[in-house]
Amino acid sequence: MKTQSLLDRQAVIVLSLLGLAAVLVPVLNVMTAPGSALHISDHLVPLLGKYLSFALLALSVDLIWGFCGILSLGHGAFFALGGYAMGMYLMRQIGPRGVYADPILPDFMVFLNWKDLPWFWYGFDWFPYAAIMVLLVPGALAFVFGWFAFRSRVTGVYLSIITQAMTFALMLAFFRNDMGFGGNNGLTDFKEILGFPLQSESTRIVLFVLSAVALAAGYLLCRWIVTSKLGKVLVAVRDAESRTRFLGYRVEHYKLAVFTVSAMLAGLAGALYVPQVGIINPGEFAPANSIEVVIWVAVGGRGTLAGAILGALVVNAGKTWFTGALPEFWLFALGGLFVFVTLLMPRGILGTAQDAWTRARARLPSRSAPNALPHAAE
Amino acid sequence: MTEPVTPTLLYLDNVTVSFDGFRALNALSLAIDHAEMRAIIGPNGAGKTTMMDVITGKTRPNEGSALFEGMHDLTSLDEAAIAELGIGRKFQTPTVFDMHTVEDNVLLALKDDRRPFSALFSRRTASERERVDALLERVRLTAHRRRKAGELSHGQKQWLEIGMLLAQEPKLLLVDEPAAGMTDQETADTADLLRDIAKTRAVVVVEHDMTFVRDLDVKVTCLHEGSVLAEGPLDVVSANERVIEVYLGR
Repeated sequence: MKTQSLLDRQAVIVLSLLGLAAVLVPVLNVMTAPGSALHISDHLVPLLGKYLSFALLALSVDLIWGFCGILSLGHGAFFALGGYAMGMYLMRQIGPRGVYADPILPDFMVFLNWKDLPWFWYGFDWFPYAAIMVLLVPGALAFVFGWFAFRSRVTGVYLSIITQAMTFALMLAFFRNDMGFGGNNGLTDFKEILGFPLQSESTRIVLFVLSAVALAAGYLLCRWIVTSKLGKVLVAVRDAESRTRFLGYRVEHYKLAVFTVSAMLAGLAGALYVPQVGIINPGEFAPANSIEVVIWVAVGGRGTLAGAILGALVVNAGKTWFTGALPEFWLFALGGLFVFVTLLMPRGILGTAQDAWTRARARLPSRSAPNALPHAAE
Repeated sequence: MTEPVTPTLLYLDNVTVSFDGFRALNALSLAIDHAEMRAIIGPNGAGKTTMMDVITGKTRPNEGSALFEGMHDLTSLDEAAIAELGIGRKFQTPTVFDMHTVEDNVLLALKDDRRPFSALFSRRTASERERVDALLERVRLTAHRRRKAGELSHGQKQWLEIGMLLAQEPKLLLVDEPAAGMTDQETADTADLLRDIAKTRAVVVVEHDMTFVRDLDVKVTCLHEGSVLAEGPLDVVSANERVIEVYLGR
């Protein structure tokens, strides 16, 4: 059997580039003078960190969509829940430094005349608890959602629609002040994380490096899954679900497992995003956000993992440039890009590059496939 | 576990399936013995595929019972549980995992722990490799083992799917139109292969190709409108007035 190794050439390239970024960005930020061509400005560091957290989110979508055929149009919800868990920790770190100087209650609760901290805010002043919640809350929601959806054999476009409905419902819920998550303002005005001020350059550099490390770890986890026999079963489910079922695999268990892992990765991405952008609000649940993630993956190359990372970085870099230079054209550009990729590069940037590489190699004299029989008419 | 109610391997009794009032199966009764091969014939819409759906847990009958080994009630189990009991199914159109290599297709079908966590930590053992080698040899795909299954010809895909069925080590194989789209030589080879398999396992073959059914040389059941019209050796069944009328034509 052709053994797929955990670290093939592509994986080595991805990990090397991430390692390089984790070293180079801090060095160029600290060591070079502002104004030099190589300088990475202080405001660019958290922006790049944000891209990396988006890349991790894209990776989580590619794991289920690219390898198991589950098109989630609600993954932004898991991202936002991870972000809220982190935001709740950061809110409680503010302590008496808030506008109303209440040692326990965040400002918005004081403003709403609440007397006590709601029970679900308990424990969030303790970082390890919040860190667990970052994974547990999205994971639990995905598990419950997936349990019902996959057991009832909801697939294809119907599943996509209910994931979309899920994130929309959560957005409406989080907009309500009564929910206890700051309503439409969300959570913001963070001061510090684990005692380090969020505005400081060094904290931002550490957060950037942590994002790179988390992305590398998430990538390795996904590689491990897709190169194992589990990954082969996932692809089997994607390509011929009933065949897999009749071979004796409980398809719903496989989907549930990978959907839950994917949601936890998305939650981790959200937790890295929030301290770097300094705010989390219900807008993160917006259905359009989740759809955008799918576009990143499609642009980069579905089912390649590395392509998801590439797509997230390319599209978001493009978004930053466009919204600065030609703000009114960004949505047209995004839509145009999606149409372009779907029509002309159905395998995305990476898939197209791979195909070109394979073709180039095929032209060289080499061992050809044994007994390449012509396809029978079907 | 309760005592077997019947000594036969597969026992369908009075099975009825209706879709919106249409009776796909109408009080169908059928018994298949251990290591028996049976050919099922009948016109389109006779209920052949629905019968397979009932046996493999895809469709729940409205009435009747389906027993495997005399004690497993197939009407209360799902597809995966039924597959693990030892019932393998080949679809009408060959269904293999196109993006996987031929040997990965067989490997995925090998009888093994089917749970996700065992799959995550699964390592290929020497005995698994040997079994894959032997199966590929048997379905004559050894030379194609590293190709993607999607690149195989139609006939090769049919054989790969039969190989995957064998990898499951089933006690009963349900084979839906294995000769469809095959050349005469491939058809004859397939008949040989199935006869060889039927030495140790029960095989139920649904087929329209009467030459192929004749090649198999086994007991034949003719279905019509969801129930058994005639049963017996091919010569007896094909001489049956009703069978000629509804299926073979005059």
